[in-house]
Amino acid sequence: MSERKIRVMVAKPGLDGHDRGARVLARCFRDAGFEVIYTGCHQTPEQVAAAAIQEDVDLVGLSCLSGAHRVLFPRVVELLREKNADDIAVIGGGIIPEQDFQMLYDAGIQAIFTPGASLDSIVEWIREHIQTRH
Amino acid sequence: MYFSDETTSTSSGLTRKWHDSVQRALKGNPDQKERFSTVSDLEIKRLYTPEDIKDMDFARDIGAPGEFPYLRGNQVTGYRGRHWTFRMFSGMGSAQDTNARWRMLLREGQTGLSTAFDFPTLMGYDSDSPKSLGEVGKCGVAIDTLEDFLALIDGIPLDQVTTSMTINPPATVLWAMYCAAADIKGVPLSRIGGTIQNDMLKEFIAQKTFMCPPEPSVKLISDTVEFGTKYVPRWNTISISGYHIREAGATAVQELAFTLRDGIEYVEDVIRRKKLDVDDFAPRLSFFFNAHIDFFEEICKLRAARRMWAKIMRDRFGAKNPRSLWMRFHTQTAGCSLTAQQPYNNVVRTAIEALAAVLGGTQSLHTNSLDEVFCLPSDHAVEVALRTQQILAEETGIVNTIDPLAGSYHVESLTNEIEEKATEYIEKIDAMGGMIAAIEKGFPQMEIADASYKFQQQIEKNEKVMVGVNKYVTEAQHAVPLLEIDESVGEKQIRRLKDIRRRRDDRAVSQSLHDIRAACKNGDNVMPYCIDAVKNLATKQEICDVYREVYGEYRDPGLY
Repeated sequence: MSERKIRVMVAKPGLDGHDRGARVLARCFRDAGFEVIYTGCHQTPEQVAAAAIQEDVDLVGLSCLSGAHRVLFPRVVELLREKNADDIAVIGGGIIPEQDFQMLYDAGIQAIFTPGASLDSIVEWIREHIQTRH
Repeated sequence: MYFSDETTSTSSGLTRKWHDSVQRALKGNPDQKERFSTVSDLEIKRLYTPEDIKDMDFARDIGAPGEFPYLRGNQVTGYRGRHWTFRMFSGMGSAQDTNARWRMLLREGQTGLSTAFDFPTLMGYDSDSPKSLGEVGKCGVAIDTLEDFLALIDGIPLDQVTTSMTINPPATVLWAMYCAAADIKGVPLSRIGGTIQNDMLKEFIAQKTFMCPPEPSVKLISDTVEFGTKYVPRWNTISISGYHIREAGATAVQELAFTLRDGIEYVEDVIRRKKLDVDDFAPRLSFFFNAHIDFFEEICKLRAARRMWAKIMRDRFGAKNPRSLWMRFHTQTAGCSLTAQQPYNNVVRTAIEALAAVLGGTQSLHTNSLDEVFCLPSDHAVEVALRTQQILAEETGIVNTIDPLAGSYHVESLTNEIEEKATEYIEKIDAMGGMIAAIEKGFPQMEIADASYKFQQQIEKNEKVMVGVNKYVTEAQHAVPLLEIDESVGEKQIRRLKDIRRRRDDRAVSQSLHDIRAACKNGDNVMPYCIDAVKNLATKQEICDVYREVYGEYRDPGLY
């Protein structure tokens, strides 16, 4: 039996439509051999958490460029916890000032990638830190 | 023929000789890379010669400023009579915060206003909607009701300053607020001037702020065109935008092609739905382009854009009024070319992009601030960006002469090439049945997805360079002071909104919403009803909810 592929959901919580990074990453993850689900823009944290559970993903990658990450990212982690799905890892990216990093780590976001992070470095991080949950 | 036979044959002889010299030189000194291309990956030759433009006809293809095909600009006098409009896009926090920034900009020599709204406003949600969580006042100003709007324009002379509003799905509502505000201040609608972006097709293609499906979205746009034509003649009712298409990762050719094809779609809809003559409304259509970092490609794109639109309006729509043939456009430097690393380099990038926009003949310009990769710009960063334009206009001498690059073998040849490639795209979309059909197929979205992925891979492989990102990387941090939006802005805005809901006349609000619903269902123009509704303090979301209810809601198909 072949090894199960890592399942990644790229999600855009909030109202911003800056999806270039999310789209490029989704395609990059696919090319890296992961199974990819992309939510499209304008998802509420509730929709993101529910989709992550339903799709049985190993990792959620959140992208936000509007400044709403301070509220939206922690909320996704919280909702996953509430639904006993906190074995789904959550990482984030977008326009995120460095002074917000600690607050996001404390809230359970495992890694943060900001503009200029290479696609390779993100894929590498996932290979190193994420195992399939089954 | 653009050159005499003698010139052409001399040129080709010299070019052959030069070509041999190049081959010899390359043996000892090879080029730094195999292929040289623009940021959009358009291959560029080592040298352009008269042969590259020998098929051009001067009168047909170049002409004079203010004359068909308007390659050299719409204005007969160029920038000598009047510079482009310095129009810095701004908006943050509450209406009062933005009003203060506007007054600062006008004091510092800005000549037109431009409004950035926050995401809830852009998407047609009120500040207290659960959808607005964390977003209120963050990326622009929060406007829920006419009272917010009146605070926004406090002290701004509406009959003297033109205002651009970057608003799309709720454009009817925000424009209705502007019209209502003018009315309250005693300024007749015929005297207010400005622009609403109001270009929904590029939202489905690129920027992704949408509300209703494409078809009814275009209907609402045609309503504004009709209303403007009849009552607000100085208003640009659509700003057909390539900017966001480019930011989403399109090439220069795609930006140009998709933008013009969007324009065609709007013109067709207004003619069909509103039975207006093309010359009645086409002079008020305006455009909005990106000025990216590839200098010549951008200049050529802007020149090609003017010539293409003039031909489209004349040949496809039979427009006769010269103003219908004019492509008037605003330009913004490329946000996506800026880097978070070594942010002061962004000042240089922006200056070069602004120079390209001016050499391309823009009528209006926004220069990005160095800190916009992090957040909304600080006062200081905005001032540097505005000064960049003022230096270009007042110090560099580029305004002295019109279209100074015309006649350059490279510039004319690249202008032609960009036009040809963009025309191919337009024909392809025509064959699909138009832009709405193409969007439903996901065609422009996937073309952009391919282009942006390709560019990212070129960056990863160092085939394209971004200084500070994949070359000349330093560990040193150059911290810039950033603007922070007070978290209390959202709470205050919600309190304000709740207070308005408490004291307004609810019966008048429901009556006006009922009227809008009826107009939507009957296919009537919604604008007069929107103006009544905002005067009765109906909120932006209440009106947009009527649209969603009647027309349905569009969801991002999530193509990548």
